[in-house]
Amino acid sequence: MYQQHVPITRSQQVAQNVHVLEFQSEAIAAQAIPGQFLNIRPSRFYDPFLRRAYSIHRVVDDRLEIIYNVVGKGSALFAEAKVGETLDILGPLGTPFHLEGEFHRAVLVSGGVGIAPMPFLGDWLLKQGKQVANIYGARTAAMIADDGRLHNARYATDDGSLGYRGNVVGLLDQFLADEGADGLRVFACGPNKMLMALGDFCQLRGVPLEVSLECQMACGIGICQGCPVEMATGERKYTLVCTHGPNYNYNDIRLESIPAVH
Amino acid sequence: MTELQIRNARFKNPVLTASGTFGYGLECPDLFDVSRLGGVVTKSISRKPRDGNPPQRIAETSSGGMLNSIGLANVGVDVFLDQKLPALIERKATVIVNIAASSVEEYCYVLERCEEHEGIDGYEINVSCPNVKDGGLSFGTDCPAVAQITRELRSRTDRFLSMKLTPNVTSIGEFARACEAEGADAVSCVNTFIGMDIDVGTRRPKIATITGGYSGPAILPMALAKVYEVRKAVKIPIIGIGGIMTAQDAIKFLVVGASLIQLGTVLFVDPMAATTVVKGIEEYMQQNGFSQINDLIGALDVTMQPSLVAAGWS
Repeated sequence: MYQQHVPITRSQQVAQNVHVLEFQSEAIAAQAIPGQFLNIRPSRFYDPFLRRAYSIHRVVDDRLEIIYNVVGKGSALFAEAKVGETLDILGPLGTPFHLEGEFHRAVLVSGGVGIAPMPFLGDWLLKQGKQVANIYGARTAAMIADDGRLHNARYATDDGSLGYRGNVVGLLDQFLADEGADGLRVFACGPNKMLMALGDFCQLRGVPLEVSLECQMACGIGICQGCPVEMATGERKYTLVCTHGPNYNYNDIRLESIPAVH
Repeated sequence: MTELQIRNARFKNPVLTASGTFGYGLECPDLFDVSRLGGVVTKSISRKPRDGNPPQRIAETSSGGMLNSIGLANVGVDVFLDQKLPALIERKATVIVNIAASSVEEYCYVLERCEEHEGIDGYEINVSCPNVKDGGLSFGTDCPAVAQITRELRSRTDRFLSMKLTPNVTSIGEFARACEAEGADAVSCVNTFIGMDIDVGTRRPKIATITGGYSGPAILPMALAKVYEVRKAVKIPIIGIGGIMTAQDAIKFLVVGASLIQLGTVLFVDPMAATTVVKGIEEYMQQNGFSQINDLIGALDVTMQPSLVAAGWS
């Protein structure tokens, strides 16, 4: 874990209301593992006050990217940040995706800006010799952020403007009909309602599901105890999303215990 | 130059971490050497482990602060003493154990368990948590109860003992006087202010318990006024707490009369703040000719402006 002031090397709008920030940190890039996140100060003053937690979207050499929607004051400030300015970043944080155990194919299912952890995960799994497919859903084609680097991607849009008309669960169903479910693990990130629908579907099909959660945090390092999720298994009632998560086997948590972020 | 001793507790500088804002002092070893702090005040420790409140536990406010309703989640005194305390001692921290309870007996039990262990420099007693159903504020707003807890604990320890007070009372000075009368070595002022926020889209509260503890830079002027009130009420040392972000903020509390200060919510944003605040206080003392921290403590100048005296404000 590092706290660094790192230079912004790229700031770009990549889809409707979707932005990417890229910055340079050799140390954080070297230490980062897929599923981990960064806690970033939106202002060098204290307004807005808290850091914002973002999944590591992609790592190339000493560059890291985050991807985000502009939803409030903090993200608006990130969108206005210029190349060459510095950001105060704490990371890499959190427990990475659980990649141990038997699987040789991975389907990465994203809803909207839930695409955040997937390119980094996909690149990592390919290097490990796994087969990787992406299933990426959004309301409409204009909200899909793919610069061509997303591996083996299928799209789902609510209005049918790109790819499959419908949601990612329907598209995953189609994928399984085409490709089968042998040796498969699903990794998912997106709105909690989407994750819950996926959870029901994967349980029905007997496919293991790992989810990456979004929730409001303060410190991001386990000291404020502000981001609990209720556990379905084990002795503890809650664990902290920032340190024990944000990546969980879906069956280990009670996702309904977390209120929706927006 | 910044060293201070209260009873048998030695603080190498006046900067402590506030309870509940720095875990058990062990969470960020990569970032921070806890031996450089004046002291670590632990998360509130209770007799049994506590799960804490359901989510949502925190919310940022638009006014430079945050609401929390953690609900005293902690590992319980047994695990604390077995696992956390030895690691803190190994890191050469000055250790102040914060204790929370829902009965006088429970406060005494936890303190007595701690008394069996070396390496604890003192206690801070949480009689002011706004986020639990039993204990907490129901004690903290009841002056005879605060006096009784102080008396019972004082009779059980020779270690440094500070009572952490709530600002959510009409007269905090009265509570401080009760603590002083029953033998407390210090009072910690203040715990969070009760606050509330709602989402107008859903018309729901932003935190699960509806109201919670309000902290951050927004509360500094209110906290400073409470410390000023307590300073006028008692002679015992005050630990100033409330919205301190910078060395300048910390100095304000010292000048008003706090002997020590605690950094709280700022640590969620800047875990390194303690280092910069310690350094900033030292620089201020050098630049302003203070050779001892004691000379800075209470150096407030409230000499009335002649124009105010003329206007009848004397």
